[in-house]
Amino acid sequence: MIEFKNVSKRFGTTVALEKFDYKFEQGKIIGLFGPNGAGKSTSIKMIVGLNRPDAGEVTVDGKEPRISRANIAYLPEIDHLYPWMPIKQAARFTSTFYADWDETKYNELLNFLNLDPQMKIGKISKGQRAKTKLLLTVSRRAPYLLMDEPLSGIDILTREDIIDAIIKDYREGEQTIIISTHEIAEVERLVDEVVFLDKGRVKLAGSADELRAERGHSLVETMKEAFRNVNQ
Amino acid sequence: MAYDSSRPIYRQIIDDFQKQLVRGELKQGDKIPSQREYAEKARINPNTVQRAYREMETMHMVETLRGQGTYIIVAEPMLTDMKAHLGQKILGYFIAEMESLGYDYAGMIKLLHSEQDQRRAASKDD
Repeated sequence: MIEFKNVSKRFGTTVALEKFDYKFEQGKIIGLFGPNGAGKSTSIKMIVGLNRPDAGEVTVDGKEPRISRANIAYLPEIDHLYPWMPIKQAARFTSTFYADWDETKYNELLNFLNLDPQMKIGKISKGQRAKTKLLLTVSRRAPYLLMDEPLSGIDILTREDIIDAIIKDYREGEQTIIISTHEIAEVERLVDEVVFLDKGRVKLAGSADELRAERGHSLVETMKEAFRNVNQ
Repeated sequence: MAYDSSRPIYRQIIDDFQKQLVRGELKQGDKIPSQREYAEKARINPNTVQRAYREMETMHMVETLRGQGTYIIVAEPMLTDMKAHLGQKILGYFIAEMESLGYDYAGMIKLLHSEQDQRRAASKDD
């Protein structure tokens, strides 16, 4: 379980997180939503140990994030791949870092995502790069998968392929996935639990289906409703 | 099948199977897709599919035999109950919409009869 206990974090004068308190339930796919600057990226980076809280505590399986780092597969928002490498070389390179690299999974997904392992990363389209990032991140047997804007700026067909790959790969109850995204409509059927962040705090959280039952509308509508009054 | 994001997804999965049963597309003893197959085809979170399948087991609609798959175990009188239940649900939406337009029950029934007559006449002309 990933737990945030009253976490606060500033960057200069900017408040990124303000007494952020939340438990990411084990074995679920959790959607992390909120406007730009709400603290989504900051909290994901904290789980991976790239950031530290100013106050409060983040634990992964009860321990410091650094210690649990090997159990986490992290898909960052930025393009972190080396453009001169063909995909298969990038895969070999990535595999050396992780004891849990799964070659079978890699080959299956490579096929499923329609990627050519000989293609150089710098020469492929944005959509193919997004798929490659996903491929290299999930070709592991990691119990935690963190995705920071995996669907951002790519065409709808590629987005669907990525979601299909996530579903295909997911073992219910065994893996915990946290997805931060603006494409709430695309992930309506993908997420079990949702957390809406606003100015570094939890504005609303709960089970996706329960929110639908209570409110009679979609997660997209819930987001609009929760944030509509903010700008007034 | 289209899923409505404004209603609980797991419920819609159960409704989907119930409709197939009521229509006779699925019968007692038929095998339904595995949770994994259903999740991948419908593009839905496998946890949600699991919840729906578990509920269907609790409702005694299906039975999962380890290593073999999930099978429909519904027969009468459950089928008749299911049909009535689904019909009532749809009727609920209809009544709500019609009332919002100002129809009372008498008006709704009158409209239904006239629609029935029109359809009968149209099919006679074919």
